[in-house]
Amino acid sequence: MIDVNVYLHRWPFRRLPADEPEKLVAKLRAAGVTQAWCGSFETLLHRDVAGVNSRLASDCRKFGSGLLEPFGTVNPVLPDWPDDLRRCLETHGMRGVRLHPNYHGYKLDDPRCSELLAAAAEQKLLVQITAMMEDERTQHPLVQVPHVDASPLVAQLQQHGDLRVVLLNGFRNAKVDVVDKLAATRRCWFDIASKEGVAGVESLVKQVGYDRVLFGSHAPLFLHESAQLKLKESPLAGMQLAAIARGNAEELWK
Amino acid sequence: MIWDLHCHLTGVPGRTPTERMGQLIEIADRLGIERLCFYMGMGFLKEPTPEELVEQNDQVLEALAHYHDRAFGFCYVSGDHVEVSLAEIERCVARGPMVGIKLWVAHRCNDPVIDPIILRAAELKAVIYQHTWLKTDGTMFAGESTPMDVVELAKRHPRTPLILGHTGGQWELGIRAVRPYANVSIDIAGSDPTAGLVEMAVRELGAERVIYGSDSGGRSFASQIAKVAGAEISEREKRLIYKENLKRMLTPICKAKGIAI
Repeated sequence: MIDVNVYLHRWPFRRLPADEPEKLVAKLRAAGVTQAWCGSFETLLHRDVAGVNSRLASDCRKFGSGLLEPFGTVNPVLPDWPDDLRRCLETHGMRGVRLHPNYHGYKLDDPRCSELLAAAAEQKLLVQITAMMEDERTQHPLVQVPHVDASPLVAQLQQHGDLRVVLLNGFRNAKVDVVDKLAATRRCWFDIASKEGVAGVESLVKQVGYDRVLFGSHAPLFLHESAQLKLKESPLAGMQLAAIARGNAEELWK
Repeated sequence: MIWDLHCHLTGVPGRTPTERMGQLIEIADRLGIERLCFYMGMGFLKEPTPEELVEQNDQVLEALAHYHDRAFGFCYVSGDHVEVSLAEIERCVARGPMVGIKLWVAHRCNDPVIDPIILRAAELKAVIYQHTWLKTDGTMFAGESTPMDVVELAKRHPRTPLILGHTGGQWELGIRAVRPYANVSIDIAGSDPTAGLVEMAVRELGAERVIYGSDSGGRSFASQIAKVAGAEISEREKRLIYKENLKRMLTPICKAKGIAI
C-alpha cells in the first residue's frame, strides 16, 4: 500500500498520539504501507522552509528509510523560492513537493504560483497541493486559515502540459464541477483522506474514475484507520482496490 | 459489534425512507455495525414547523417499519414548538416505537422553555440527545447549542442522562465543559477522524461516558469508527464506546417497551 498523505513533526495545535516518527513508522508498517509520501507540519507556519525541508529529508532517511519519501515545500511568496525548489530536487533528491497555498498566503491563480508550477513541471516533479489541514470550524481562533480554492488549478493544468498534481484533502469544500474538470485534465489525482459520506470512495470512483484516486490518510493528524476502513466501506472490484491502494501511486512515482 | 448512536436518512440515494434505510444497513453491514439510531427525516430542517416535525418523525417511523431488529428511532423535537414536541413524544415514544429524542439547532438548550420536553422524556426513560457545535469560523446558527448550554441544562436536570452531540465540535472544549457533570455523556460523531479525541475523552471523562456515533450518511461510517479503532485505549474501553454504553442507556426504555436488545 502507498500512502500519499502523511506528515512528520509536530502539529502546531496539539500533540498527536503518533507524532513521534518511530511510532508513526511502526503504525504505517503495521498497516501494510510500503511507501509514504511525507510532508512536514513545520512547513505550515515556519518561514525558513529550507531548514524544514532539510530536517524532513533527514528524518525520512533516519526513521523511515525505504518507507518515508520526503515532499518538501516551496513557498513562492518567499524571496528566492526557486532555490528551495532546486534544493528539493538536487540536494535532497525529492521526487515531488507539497504546497500549502492557504497557510502561505497565495491563490492558485497567483502569477508566482504559476511560475512555481511551471518550474516543477519542467523538472518533472510531482506537485501535491493540500487543500485543507482541518475542519474550518475547529481551527484555533487565532489561526483561521481558509481552504484552498482549487478552481484555478484547472487553468494551471491546461497551461502547463507536463504538470502532474495530487490534490490532498480536497473534499471538505469541493465543488463537484471543479473536481470533474480537474479529473478531466487526466493530470490531477485525489486522495481519500477527506472524502466523507457513507461508501464515499465508491462515490468518488464513480465521479472521477478509479485511476484518479489514491490512498491517502492524512496521518498522524487523522487516524490512519480511517482511510483503511474507507476501502472496506466501499464495494470496490479487486482491480480498483489494487489501483487505489498502490497501482495509481506507483504509476505516478515512475 | 458496534451500535451507532447517530444516523440520518440523508446522504444516500433512495426515493423513500425504506429504500434509504436499506442502503444504509447494507453499508453498515460491511463494517460490523449491528444497530443504528436514526433521527430526523429525508432532509435537514433546521427550524421545522410543527407540521414538518410530524412529517420528519413519520419518515423515521416508516424507515423503522421493516428494520426493528436493526434500528432505533429518536423523536425529533424543538424548543420552538414545545406543545407539539410533547405531543410527538406521546405519539412516537410513549405510544410508538421510538426510544429517544433529538434536539437540533432550532432553539438553544440553555433556555428553560425546553424543560417540559426534557422532563417528559426523562419520565419515559427516553435517551436525550442534544446537538452541539462550537464553531470558530462564526457559522453557528442562532439556535445552535454549545457545550456550555448543555452544562446549564445538566445543572437544571442533574439526575437526567444527557448526550452532548458531536462532543461540542471543538472537542477539547466540549470535553472540558462537561467534565464535572457526570450525567452528561458525549457523542463522538460527525467530525473529522482526528487523532487524540477519544484518548482525551477517556482520560478526562472515563470510557463509560463516551459513545460511538457516525452522523451517517453525510459522514462515513469508516472515518468515525476509526476514532475508536485507532485510539490508544484498552479493548474493554473500546467495547464500552462501540456498544455497551449506548446499550446501557437504552436498556430501561427498551425494557419498559418490551423491546429485546
